[in-house]
Amino acid sequence: MAGQLDGPVLWLVILAAGVGTYAIRVSFVALFGRFDEVPEGVERALQFVPAAVLAALVAPDVVAPEGTLALSASNPRPLAAVVAAAVAWYTEDVAATLIAGMGALWVASYLLA
Amino acid sequence: MLGVAPFGMVFGVAAVGSDVPVVETVAMSVVIFAGASQLAAVELVGQNAPAVVVVATVLVINLRMMMYSASIAPHFERLSARWKALLSYLLTDQAYAASIFEFENDDDVSRKWYFLGVAAPIWLMWQVATVGGIALGSGVPDGWHLDFAVPLVFLALVIPAVTDRSTAVAAVVGGSVAVAASGLPFNLGLITAAVAGIAGGLVTEEVA
Repeated sequence: MAGQLDGPVLWLVILAAGVGTYAIRVSFVALFGRFDEVPEGVERALQFVPAAVLAALVAPDVVAPEGTLALSASNPRPLAAVVAAAVAWYTEDVAATLIAGMGALWVASYLLA
Repeated sequence: MLGVAPFGMVFGVAAVGSDVPVVETVAMSVVIFAGASQLAAVELVGQNAPAVVVVATVLVINLRMMMYSASIAPHFERLSARWKALLSYLLTDQAYAASIFEFENDDDVSRKWYFLGVAAPIWLMWQVATVGGIALGSGVPDGWHLDFAVPLVFLALVIPAVTDRSTAVAAVVGGSVAVAASGLPFNLGLITAAVAGIAGGLVTEEVA
């Protein structure tokens, strides 16, 4: 494909992303003990990263699966996500959430079809 | 734990759809080993995004693991450098979530063996599922809506991450900005949303 990353450039991307990701993972594990605590400002900002990033990964796929906002009866995903969120809230279990969400999506798609 | 298998398969299927070669796809699962970011990366490669954008997106998505690293660091403090290096490589949302609860409630459990016992099967399952997804390729019927498994996995992880009002604001702002900015090219909406969500959480904490 014209313009698509491939060959050495793609390998470079994989390597850079891998090294950077490993640096993120090992960061505080490696540094702990060298300075007493995680700097307070960093820790305060980092505590919001999971909620902000994970929600940013979920929301567009649910309410705008085709790239534009789709909050109508023809999009069963918001409903399925609400069911899955309720199950996640009560069980805090990935498998149960997955089964509930996929099940709700299949049922809703079948009923809408 | 079960969430890893469909997630890995979705990644493999998406990589085939973006014309990423088999060896490079498997290399991503071994070298990067972070599903959400890998999925975003193959989507961007399919859209002919510049290399810098792909790497930056991967790192923003994986930045949350710095918090896991900070949180789990005290439990790994007395391990050798080699063990720290190995266990850090295996640090994932699922391994962190399963271990930190155990570590905070049981002072006696072996940190390295417990974490390895949780994390190593996740790693193995991720690689197997990646290959399985590549093998399936474009053969998955659209009617299965397998792609919906991806936001569901993140949904299962974001709910426990919302523990108080400021983390709730971070999630709501992050999610809303991501939707509003989803038209931006090359997933830049995600980076914008992450920064906005973190800012929202910090501001809420400040005024509360």
